[in-house]
Amino acid sequence: MLPPTPARSAQQLFRRLLALPPPLRQRTFSILNRPPPNYSGHVPLTITERAGLAVGSAFGSLSNPYRHDLIAALGEATSKPYFITRLRHAMLKDPTGRRILSDKPRISSQTMKLEDLRKMPENSVGRAYAAWLDREGVTPDTRDQVRYIDDPEEAYVMQRYRETHDFTHAITGLPVIIEGELAIKAFEFANTVLPMTALSLFAIVRLKSEERKRFFEVYAPWAVANGLKAEEVVNVYWEEELETDVDVLRTRLGISKPPDLREIRKVLREERRAEREARRAREDLGAAGGV
Amino acid sequence: MASAVPRAAKRLRLTNTPGYVCTDCRRAFAASTQPRLQQQPPPQPPPSQHVGQTAKTTHFGFETVAEELKASKVRTVFSSVASSYDTMNDLMSLGIHRLWKDHFVRSLNPGIRPTPPPPRPPPPPPQSQRILDIAGGTGDIAFRLLDHATTTNRDPHTSVLISDINPQMLAEGRKRCLSTPYHATNRVSFLEANAEDLSAIESSSIDLYTVAFGIRNFTHKATALREAYRVLKPGGVFACLEFTPNLANPVLNALYKRWSFGAIPLIGQLVAGDRESYQYLVESIEKFPSQREFAAMVRETGFLVPGDAEGGGWEDLSMGIAAVHKGVKPV
Repeated sequence: MLPPTPARSAQQLFRRLLALPPPLRQRTFSILNRPPPNYSGHVPLTITERAGLAVGSAFGSLSNPYRHDLIAALGEATSKPYFITRLRHAMLKDPTGRRILSDKPRISSQTMKLEDLRKMPENSVGRAYAAWLDREGVTPDTRDQVRYIDDPEEAYVMQRYRETHDFTHAITGLPVIIEGELAIKAFEFANTVLPMTALSLFAIVRLKSEERKRFFEVYAPWAVANGLKAEEVVNVYWEEELETDVDVLRTRLGISKPPDLREIRKVLREERRAEREARRAREDLGAAGGV
Repeated sequence: MASAVPRAAKRLRLTNTPGYVCTDCRRAFAASTQPRLQQQPPPQPPPSQHVGQTAKTTHFGFETVAEELKASKVRTVFSSVASSYDTMNDLMSLGIHRLWKDHFVRSLNPGIRPTPPPPRPPPPPPQSQRILDIAGGTGDIAFRLLDHATTTNRDPHTSVLISDINPQMLAEGRKRCLSTPYHATNRVSFLEANAEDLSAIESSSIDLYTVAFGIRNFTHKATALREAYRVLKPGGVFACLEFTPNLANPVLNALYKRWSFGAIPLIGQLVAGDRESYQYLVESIEKFPSQREFAAMVRETGFLVPGDAEGGGWEDLSMGIAAVHKGVKPV
């Protein structure tokens, strides 16, 4: 063995650095010479761009929570390096997850026909999904395409998570109002550990104090407890579970249904209205009596 | 039916074609009966499907598309940015575009300053300048021209014909016209036309032809220049304000390029939710000929351009980020 000269040890170090897996190597492209896209719609971003996108979309979606394209971009910008890989591995560990990854089904208004879903048996997942869509007045519309995740399979995992979000709404019954969305995000954080779900909880500052109190007392504990003990919701092959009974699916996954948020709000609204009318009636009576 | 009319206002619909735009707050309200699609990139047929072996292609940004498709793709880009056009310009040039446009108009000095009538012969009939503003849908340049003519040169007869390929931009221009003092006069008119085919305008009828930040989107710039030559009167002026592909200073140019290709599409995504349109816009700037090449094109069309092949035929603005090209149709 030749004695290690400085040139040889530098060469060995260089070789060992190059042998590191790609995520740990320094990114080799710049804004002006991006590599070709890995899938249709893919936009490779440099680290600075991704950081800018993360920060910008975080503040943008906080100031305007209806910009769900920014929430989507936030999810994609913050999912690497570790979190989306972990989610993909969670899918690979499960036999159904592996089937989903090999079939790569997509959910849209074409693949989920509402007329067929409404005809499904009572209390089935498909029926509950259609009923929830009708109640909230939304459609399984085409969600934003994933653009900023480099690996095509991880991009599919993120797309699948996005498209099955409405199913999570349907089996928990939580509505699309901000309170309901935050409860779902808390549940998803405990379940999928995607950073975007945790970051969107900053929107708690936009809730009214009564809603915030309700969130911390009721829905956050429910979300954390259920998210942690439940199976990975991303591993559910929803297209095959449409005729399953919702309660059976919930038991299988280990999720309990949270209190119906719309009902609670409706009851409180009516109590407040009754109180207001009673007060007004008393005042009128007082005025009429000449007090 | 939920699928035909997605109702939930809670789900954002970034519409491509706003049904109505409130001019005070610039918020777009889509017609409630229109089925609205989620934000989708403009439809892009892959070139291989539509372009035969012998079909002519051109560039759409860095993409290669069939020539006949470019105009409609440009139209789609501007439909989606029409309502936030000002925001887009402010972001791309950090607000400096207003200074450029002001300088452009001031240096053109439109309007005929009235002179006192000669004492004995009868006063000549009032002359009126006719200006054609191409790709000027939202009226940025047109209203500046009229303001300058009316206020600085005290000429109430100058008129502007605003032409644009995109009806949404023209609609935006019409709305903005309502808040100017010209809406009740006949000094502003609108024409939806492709700059390469101005057959609706008769030859030798225009005194001043302006195009600001539009010519880089034309499929055939030479054809547009020839049309400009045709519609201008002898002695008429052609003026073009446009971004340049490269700055003079190489260090600044390197920074400028990284800003253009990195920050601008990102800002477009964050502010307007439309990365693709902004990506197209910076790519189209990159593909535009240099000041020297473009001055040569203007000269070849027949215009008299000051300076020579070495330089002097254009004016750089802001260290070369934009340039003003002018030419005069020979008498």
